[in-house]
Amino acid sequence: MEKKIVIKVENLVKAFGDFIAVDNISFEVYQGEIFGFLGANGAGKTTAMRMLCGLSTPTSGDAQIAGYDIYTNTEDIKKNIGYMSQKFSLYEDLTVKENIRFFAGVYGLDIKTIKRKSEELINTLGLNAEANKLVGSLPLGWKQKLAFSVAIIHEPKVVFLDEPTGGVDPVTRRQFWDMIYAASDKNITVFVTTHYMDEAEYCHRVSMMVDGKIEALDTPQGLKDTYHAQSMDQVFYQLARAATRSAD
Amino acid sequence: MEVIVKNISKSYDKKKVLALSDISFEVNSGELFGLIGPDGAGKTSLFRILATLLLPDEGSASLHGFDVVKSYKQIRKLLGYMPGKFSLYQDLTIEENLDFFATLFNTTIKENYDLIKDIYVQIEPFKNRRAGQLSGGMKQKLALCCALIHRPTILLLDEPTTGVDAVSRKEFWEMLKNLKKQGITILVSTPYMDEAMLCERIALIQNGSIMSIDTPQGIIDKYPYPLFAARADNMGKLLKDLRSSSLISSCNTFGDYHHICFVNDTYAKDIPDLKQDMIQLGNQNIEIKPIEPTIEDCFIQLMQK
Repeated sequence: MEKKIVIKVENLVKAFGDFIAVDNISFEVYQGEIFGFLGANGAGKTTAMRMLCGLSTPTSGDAQIAGYDIYTNTEDIKKNIGYMSQKFSLYEDLTVKENIRFFAGVYGLDIKTIKRKSEELINTLGLNAEANKLVGSLPLGWKQKLAFSVAIIHEPKVVFLDEPTGGVDPVTRRQFWDMIYAASDKNITVFVTTHYMDEAEYCHRVSMMVDGKIEALDTPQGLKDTYHAQSMDQVFYQLARAATRSAD
Repeated sequence: MEVIVKNISKSYDKKKVLALSDISFEVNSGELFGLIGPDGAGKTSLFRILATLLLPDEGSASLHGFDVVKSYKQIRKLLGYMPGKFSLYQDLTIEENLDFFATLFNTTIKENYDLIKDIYVQIEPFKNRRAGQLSGGMKQKLALCCALIHRPTILLLDEPTTGVDAVSRKEFWEMLKNLKKQGITILVSTPYMDEAMLCERIALIQNGSIMSIDTPQGIIDKYPYPLFAARADNMGKLLKDLRSSSLISSCNTFGDYHHICFVNDTYAKDIPDLKQDMIQLGNQNIEIKPIEPTIEDCFIQLMQK
């Protein structure tokens, strides 16, 4: 069976003045794939992700997300993706229920569906006792799990996760990855960045961005073989150390 | 003892949120001591109390013999503090920030240049650039220079490597090692368990309580069960199958291996039995080998106690 392409990027470039933040990158990501998007700070990951989410117009090149063009169909892209990051996930001064209703509404679900999904989600996460509490009062681990569930509440084609597990305790971090696998099993494509190299091992394929370019792209085992490394940490170190751009 | 923390407790929001619960530990002079724990464990509250910026509800603490409440003025002179959030002046240049902090402590950049030299030379080419325009790695180096410019005896670094990539994190720890050689006592916090191995002693902190204090090796040696690493061709399937095996008491993912503990201590028999079970469930190329726990294994075990 041929793998269905959900993200297709061709010669994508983003320049800010004479600074080439993203330098002619090309890759494809498949349906249900967990794709690790790695690179040192300042390598251009965030700029690339912003273009793929339809938030920033490329300088040149092409990309389609879930079949939608990143120049002309940015609104359709937004309806078909989910997004969460460590820095921005939920509103602390809204309750659990209010957050779910708000984000589900933003993602375009109707009231009936929101109500059903909201109950489902609260039950699955075991948050019944906390449903009417402010999100700010929840432990970080719960917040992150809730934020991820909210980011996929509309069953998007792709979910973008920008360092979703930063600072999270080691047990919750692993539960979070269980949720990522469950999303992948439901054919949601997961596009994830992380600074934890053990998490790179959990991805189906990993790309390494250095100075705006994709320097390597393969399965974790493939990368370790190519770079004669014992671990993904060593692969990352070899590639990122060669960067000439100052770290951000 | 350079730092003494005795039965410190702190809560917020009318006792509704307990940030620190009866924390006690000591740090030796010239020691590199790590406070290891996730966000929300209480690391920043503790650092703010030690930096004389927050009063504890209960307990006491002293730095270099000075009480954090009564003698806060003396402490502020001998302490270098780098908060987790970048707190320098964004609209001053690198050099202006450094000069500002030197002046506050009645000294000059020139007087203590030898202490910051190794770090400062890396950002000196950009000394006329405003702090707000710097990359994360450069901000971090500038903040460290500003915390050091008055030649502190004790340095508090609150999550200096959070959000920093693996390469920059290694560089930062190299800088700390060099500072330690100058006799500065360093207290550093981090959510990255792998950095624990770079400290002389560590405290593992979770939900406001210290779970264990020792050298990193000491904490590893205290791990109560023999630990094994398992892998197979399909790691996702192996994880599910291991978790449902009655021979296994715990199974956690660790990069390209799953770390497992057995229910019984009859390993000689249980390992081949487990392999057989896994093969029958359709796993291929199974490998099971004994390993030494990592700090993260210890943290997980202590959390689940």
